[in-house]
Amino acid sequence: MSMQTQNKQPFLSAGTLLLLLVVGLFAVVAIYRLIFGIGATTNLTDDVPWGLWVAADIMVGVALAAGGFTIAATVYILNLQQYKSLARPAVLTAFVGYVIVALGVFFDVGKPFSLWHPIFMWQPHSIMFEVVWCVVIYTTVLALEFAPSFLEGIGKESLAKAMRAKSVVIPLVIMAVTLSFLHQSSLGALFLLMKGKLSHLWWSTMLPYNFFLSAVAVGLAMTSFETIVAGRIFRHPVSMKILQGLARGTALALACYAVVRLGDIIVKGNLGLAFAGTRGSMLFLLEIGLGVLLPMVMLFVLSKGGKRDENSILFAQMLVIGGVILNRVDIVYLSQKVEGVTYTPSWMEFALTAGLVAIILVLFRAAMLYLPILKHAELE
Amino acid sequence: MMAKGVLVDLTRCIGCRGCQVACKQWNERKGLVTSFHGDFTSPVKLNSDTYTRIRFVESDEEKGPVWSFVKEQCMHCQSPACVSACPVGALNKAENGPVTYDFDKCIGCRYCMVACPFDIPKYEWNSWAPWVRKCSFCSERITDGMEPACVKTCPTKAMFYGDRDKVVDEAKRRIADAPDRYVNHIYGLDEVGGTSWMYISGVSFESLGFKMGLPTEKLPDYTWAPLSTIPFKVAGFFALLGGVAYLRNRGTQEDNVKEDKR
Ligand code: SF4
Ligand code: SF4
Ligand code: SF4
Repeated sequence: MSMQTQNKQPFLSAGTLLLLLVVGLFAVVAIYRLIFGIGATTNLTDDVPWGLWVAADIMVGVALAAGGFTIAATVYILNLQQYKSLARPAVLTAFVGYVIVALGVFFDVGKPFSLWHPIFMWQPHSIMFEVVWCVVIYTTVLALEFAPSFLEGIGKESLAKAMRAKSVVIPLVIMAVTLSFLHQSSLGALFLLMKGKLSHLWWSTMLPYNFFLSAVAVGLAMTSFETIVAGRIFRHPVSMKILQGLARGTALALACYAVVRLGDIIVKGNLGLAFAGTRGSMLFLLEIGLGVLLPMVMLFVLSKGGKRDENSILFAQMLVIGGVILNRVDIVYLSQKVEGVTYTPSWMEFALTAGLVAIILVLFRAAMLYLPILKHAELE
Repeated sequence: MMAKGVLVDLTRCIGCRGCQVACKQWNERKGLVTSFHGDFTSPVKLNSDTYTRIRFVESDEEKGPVWSFVKEQCMHCQSPACVSACPVGALNKAENGPVTYDFDKCIGCRYCMVACPFDIPKYEWNSWAPWVRKCSFCSERITDGMEPACVKTCPTKAMFYGDRDKVVDEAKRRIADAPDRYVNHIYGLDEVGGTSWMYISGVSFESLGFKMGLPTEKLPDYTWAPLSTIPFKVAGFFALLGGVAYLRNRGTQEDNVKEDKR
């Protein structure tokens, strides 16, 4: 079986070189961080113990990788074969994403070399403990889901065939969805302890569901974004039907998210906070208006139209991604205001986060070029 | 051993800061060079070398301006958010009251700092292998039958140490005996489900900068709700997804690549 993508291009492009440069800077910062500690590297303080790394590398990272389980469920559980071409890129993204999230956690915890502790020192009353376990198991599941692409890539066809069997894949996907529901929602549940510290525009007993639903939406948005962008880079035209299907899916997930989140705020009588003119209220309006409601309407409309409007879909999906990023950053630190305290991440915090993103992109590119990831893509 | 508690009677504190010094001595924390910053409180915030401090507050009361001296330290909550947050059990609520910390377990995730409703745990940001630092309720001392260092040193007996039940009774008695002297609130009796350290005061807690409007529920209950139902969620998801997968994939091919092999 031929494993080549149609348009083989050299691994090193100008963009890739730039990414490798960012990875190089990352390596320097990473070593500095390991030698001098978290305080010397970051602008974190006792007032802002969680900053950019927790928000971006962990919260956003996990949310954006949610396409891995939503697409897998669509293709393997619902058996909607028309989306099959999305499955391998989505699983690849999630797998690479989670490995890099783990790397991000390694640099964020104060004692990186103790990171293995939760595996042996159990504390089942801690949400964080549960998240760690879910992420460890899910990353293993993702590795197994990814195995067929890898095995085919290195020519182990018979083993790949065994790993592709539905009797193997379907149980894996069932685990993937279950574990994802648990830890995506638990990332929100982490903040349940912050009752009284977080504004009621964010704090709610519905936090776990808000996190899960927004993750489903942004996972689909990322898949769509990635399909379009990768399609352009790897010169692989994308089927409009697929993009419209994804648009419909994102819009539906956004609608559920909006109903649950806004409904809860309205029922509890907290909507007034949104118009209080404070920094928090502005951030909230931005998050909901530009990140949820506008793209939701756009995507509903775009999923119907007969004409090929890839750019508008791309734009709307990017709004969704921006909205969820803002949401996570708001909850982790931006919406909280301690008097007299401002936190701006240090250049090293930005550099490390940028480096992690660059590593993801480089690994993704390598996999796209050398493994049979796109081979089932339909051509319109 | 009975759970211990402390009552801080703010009407008795004269702001000598003896407790601050005693705490540093007992816990071998280094003194910090501080500078004047507009009020008498020093240092500006609790930090990894300062487990307790006296906050100086001037409030406008009907009878004129009043100085209050507010001792700050870990409250040793009855159901501590920090303990429930910690993924490795590095924080523990001892039966006799103290919430203690085990550096060897800690991974440095700082969730305890985020979770604490009173913002008590502090981090050694300057260290390569940082500790989380906070008041330990002098755990070793009270386990050995002594009073906490700060309580012991207080010249005006502003702190009353004993079994928590007795401490609560004492607080109620003082307020009942002199209702003009105290506002009718025992801070820490109900806040976040109750704390081992409690306060009574002559001026409103709000004007003293205490955190107001804290929930009276135990904070860990909020996270235990989703955690305790995990087995049901897993069973539900497995059943639902398994059922759907079966119905949707009946009679289709076993190898899910074959169908569209080129
Ligand atoms: S005051 Fe904070 S640090 Fe102290 S026991 Fe309560 S939650 Fe833990
Ligand atoms: S920083 Fe340490 S003590 Fe605090 S929650 Fe994390 S592991 Fe536990
Ligand atoms: S109980 Fe001990 S550790 Fe806590 S403030 Fe008093 S002296 Fe310091």
